[in-house]
Amino acid sequence: MNRAWSPFNVTSVVAGFAFLYIPILLLIIYSFNESKLVTVWAGFSVKWYAAAFANEALVSAAWVTLRVALVSATAATILGTLAALALAKFTRFRGRFLFSGMVYAPLVMPEVITGLSLLLLFVAMNVDRGIETVIMAHITFSMCFVAVVVQSRLAGLDRSLEEAALDLGATPIRAFFSVTLPIIAPAVLAGWMLAFTLSLDDLVIAQFNSGPGATTLPMKIFSQVRLGVTPEINAVCTILVGLVASGVIIASVTMKRRDVRRMRAEQLAARG
Amino acid sequence: MKAVWNGVVSRSVIWLPYLWLLIFFLAPFVMVAKLSLSEPAISIPPYNPVLTLAEGPAGWWADIKRFSLENYVFITQDSLYWRSYLSSVWIAFVSTFLALLIGYPLAYGMARAPRTLRPLLLMLVILPFWTSFLIRVYAWIGILKKEGLLNQFLLWAHVITEPLTILNTTTAVYVGIVYSYLPFMVLPLYANLERQDLTLLEAASDLGCTRTQAFWKITWPLSLPGVLAGCFLVFIPVVGEFVIPSLLGGADTLMIGRTLFDEFFLNRDWPVSSAVAVILLLILVVPIMLFQRSEARSREAAS
Repeated sequence: MNRAWSPFNVTSVVAGFAFLYIPILLLIIYSFNESKLVTVWAGFSVKWYAAAFANEALVSAAWVTLRVALVSATAATILGTLAALALAKFTRFRGRFLFSGMVYAPLVMPEVITGLSLLLLFVAMNVDRGIETVIMAHITFSMCFVAVVVQSRLAGLDRSLEEAALDLGATPIRAFFSVTLPIIAPAVLAGWMLAFTLSLDDLVIAQFNSGPGATTLPMKIFSQVRLGVTPEINAVCTILVGLVASGVIIASVTMKRRDVRRMRAEQLAARG
Repeated sequence: MKAVWNGVVSRSVIWLPYLWLLIFFLAPFVMVAKLSLSEPAISIPPYNPVLTLAEGPAGWWADIKRFSLENYVFITQDSLYWRSYLSSVWIAFVSTFLALLIGYPLAYGMARAPRTLRPLLLMLVILPFWTSFLIRVYAWIGILKKEGLLNQFLLWAHVITEPLTILNTTTAVYVGIVYSYLPFMVLPLYANLERQDLTLLEAASDLGCTRTQAFWKITWPLSLPGVLAGCFLVFIPVVGEFVIPSLLGGADTLMIGRTLFDEFFLNRDWPVSSAVAVILLLILVVPIMLFQRSEARSREAAS
C-alpha cells in the first residue's frame, strides 16, 4: 500500500513543477508579444527577435559571452577532471585536506566574495582587466563543479579495469586514455556542459573582473533590466533558454541511447 | 628515466589543479584580508597598498606594523552594515525553511513516482538549474509588478480589488530565492529519499504504525542527511546573494551581498568592501565547514 503513488504525492509533484516552470513559460510567451508593454497581450509577433539581433551592443556581448564560455569551460573541464582524479586516486598526500577544501568551498562561496577577491589578485598582479581575467575567474569556480560531477562517476568506477591495463604493461597515461577516460566520458561531458552554462550565466564575478570592451551578455541584460522590462530582453532570454534546454535534452538522450546499447551488448556477452 | 617521467605526469594530476586553486582561490583571500587592513585613497586602484612583495622581509614587517583596524571599526559604527548582516542571515534562514517546506513534498512525490517516470522528473528538476539564474529572476519581474500577470490574474478572479505591491519588497525577494534555489534543495533530498528501503515502511505498518507515524519515525529521520545537505546548499550562497535582492527587492531590503556590491561599485571604497567580505566569510566559515564534513561523510558512505 505504501508503494502507491498517492494523490498527495501527485499533487505536490504537479504543484512543484508548475512553480518551477510557469515563470519561464510566461517569459517565453510574452517574448512573442506584439505590444511594447511586456504584460499586455496584443497579438503574436517576432519583431522583438529582429530588434534583438539588430541591437549591436547585445550581439557583441553575446559573442564575448560565447568566447568566454567556450574557453573557460574547456580549461575548467581539464583542470576539474584532474582534480577529481587526484582526489579519487591519491587518498593520502601532503595538503590533501586543504586541496579538497579548495575544491568544495567554491561550490557554496557567495559570488560577491569570489568576484571581489579575484579582482584584488589581478590588481595586485598588475593584470589589466578584460576578457582574459573573466576567463580565468570562470575557470576557477567552474572547475570545482566539474570536479564534483566527475568524482561522483569515479566513485562508482571499477578500479580493477585500470589495474588490469597496468598489469598488461600499459603506461599510466595510456591506461588513463584507453580505459578510465572512456568510462568517465559522460561525466566529463556533463561537467563541460555545466561549466559552459555556469559561465554563460554568471553576472557577479564577470562584473568584478571584466574591463572595458569585455561586457558579457548577463552584464548587458542586467544593466538593461535595471531600467525596466523590455520584450527585447524577453526575446534574448528565450533564445538562451532554448539553446541550453535543447543542448541538455540532446545530450541526455544521446547518453541514454549509449547506455541502452551498452546494456544490450553486456546482455549479449553474458548470454554468448 | 621513463619511470621518473611517469611519476612526474601522474603527480601533475595533483599539482596542476592544486596550483591553480592556490593562486586563484586561496591567494585572493589573502589579498582581501590584507586590503581590509589598509587605508582608502583617491587613486587608481583606490587604496594605499600596505605590504608590497618587492620590499623583502624587513619592509614587510614595517608594513605589518602599519595595518589598521579602521575599516572594521567603521563597519561596526555604521548600522547599515550590521543590519545588512543580520537581515541577510534572517532572509537566508527563512527562505531555506520555505524551500524545505516546498522541496520536501516535491522530492518525496518524485521518489515515490513510478520507476519509469523518475528519470524524466529528475531531468525536469535539473533543467531549470541549467537555465540562466538571471533570466529566471527576471521572469518574476513581469509576474510580480503592479500591472503584472499575478495582479491581472487576481483582479480577474475577483480575489483582490486593488493591485498588490509585491515587486521591490522583501516578499518578492523570498519568492525569487525559493524559486531559484529550489532545485538545490530537491536534488539531495530526492537522492536520499529514492534510496530508502520501502520495506521498512511495510514493517512499520504491519506493526501498527499509521502512515503519518511511519513517516515521522522512519522516513524523516533517515532523510536527515539529505535535508542537511539541501539546507546548506541553499543557506550558504543565499546569505551572500546579490542578483535577487537587487532586481526584486526594495530599497529597504538589506542584504550584505548587495551592500558589498554597492560599496565597491558606487562608493568605490575597496578597503571597506574587503572588510565587509572578510566578516561575511567569517559568518559563513562554520556552515561551510559543516557542509564539507557532511559531504565527506556521505562520500565515504557511498564508497
